[in-house]
Amino acid sequence: MSDLEPRKDLLDIESLSLDEIEYVLENAVPFKQLFQRSVKKVPTLRGKTVLNLFYEPSTRTSSSFEVAANRMSADVTNFTISSSSIVKGESLLDTIETLQAMRSDYIVIRHQSAGAPGIVARHTRASVLNAGDGYHAHPTQALLDAMTLREVCPDLPGKRIAIVGDILHSRVARSTSTLFNKLGVEVGVLGPGSLIPPGRHSFMRRLRDWDEVFEWGPLAIYLLRVQRERQEGQYFPSIAEYHKIYGMNGERMQRMREIGAYLMHPGPVNRGVEITDEAMGYEKSLISTQVENGIAVRMAVLHWLKPETQD
Amino acid sequence: MPNITTDEILSPEGIRERVEELADVVSERCAGEEVAFVGIYTRGVTLARRVAAVLAERGIDFPVGTLDISLYRDDFDNRGSDLPRLESSDIPFPIDGTRVILFDEVIYTGRTIRAALDGLMDYGRPSKIELAVLVDRGHREIPIQPDYVGETIETTLKQYVKVRFHEDDDREGVFLVTEEPGETNE
Repeated sequence: MSDLEPRKDLLDIESLSLDEIEYVLENAVPFKQLFQRSVKKVPTLRGKTVLNLFYEPSTRTSSSFEVAANRMSADVTNFTISSSSIVKGESLLDTIETLQAMRSDYIVIRHQSAGAPGIVARHTRASVLNAGDGYHAHPTQALLDAMTLREVCPDLPGKRIAIVGDILHSRVARSTSTLFNKLGVEVGVLGPGSLIPPGRHSFMRRLRDWDEVFEWGPLAIYLLRVQRERQEGQYFPSIAEYHKIYGMNGERMQRMREIGAYLMHPGPVNRGVEITDEAMGYEKSLISTQVENGIAVRMAVLHWLKPETQD
Repeated sequence: MPNITTDEILSPEGIRERVEELADVVSERCAGEEVAFVGIYTRGVTLARRVAAVLAERGIDFPVGTLDISLYRDDFDNRGSDLPRLESSDIPFPIDGTRVILFDEVIYTGRTIRAALDGLMDYGRPSKIELAVLVDRGHREIPIQPDYVGETIETTLKQYVKVRFHEDDDREGVFLVTEEPGETNE
């Protein structure tokens, strides 16, 4: 038992206390152990409904939430809004009206506008889980990243992680770096100057090039996906040049091996852009563990949040 | 102000005797069989380990697994501010075809055991499941009865039974706690 206050929504990492983070990360471990059983399901959320509300295309995150909810015995409805229909503020509130009438207990939402999950959360009694909003936050990704790195290194404080790529357009970078910072991990960033936000978090250390990354000696190198669909302007000359300067290739993999670093990536991977086929076979890659832990962490979050739909 | 009185039901020595007796009955009824113990968190695990240790001294080795039943409870909606911290269930032996004895420190309504049966059967299909408890305090709400009982005590609904083991707590003993409404001057 613990004396944490019950929480209705998970919108970002910033508002979480260290106790809450520990609570979720510790509970995710027994959830992951369920995957070893022949029956991977528990009856905890029997009769509860989870609505997956995706305003942006996503296969991995939405199916990860769906598997998590299924393994808790909840009923899941997928509600995908076509990416071609740009949804305005008013229609989001209209959608909320509809959702209220559907009496969902949990709403998982991905939206292209930062803050949209927060608006939904204020207008519904259901628990809202932010599955990514604009460039703002992706809290369950951050939690699964922390779980994954803690599994290979339980003693994280004082360790280092280098995040490589498009920091500017990445809610993953934002949430994951904030969480690692809270856990006492030093965060370094490497990427094109145009993709490093000028107002970046003060705890982010700018790394100039791969030489500096390897000298800095991170426990893990976290490659971000180059989000071609998100780039309205030209932030770097070409994909080929990005790959040449920032991509993980065979030679850099060898240097990563020499310092014993782990490799992480939130998926989906652009092979030939941020990473080569060869480097995908790196023996200390945690990429598939991240996928597996994503389900466990999302189960732990569903278990933790308390909807106000029972009152 | 309610008056709270605490009576000792079993001393550390009393617990030791009941554990020995449970071991006696288990070994008598299970002679020559494939048996595994499963303790329910927290103190059911301790009880299972203690009985297993007594049997081990007699040359009978039964493996001990652990089970957290939080995800199987029927009162998840009523969770208040005390958020459950999950423990790792660990059943390191095949359940299929095994005679399993579940251990809990106290049986009261029976609802915990109902949850444990559901949880256990998600690991496989035991040939038989039995239940061992240190204390049976009555007041069942569902039809589940223990097969091995250390001590049976009469209680009222206003009382509760506290089992304390030195492995989990800062003292050892079984206590009956009674809350009586405070006396008034009228």
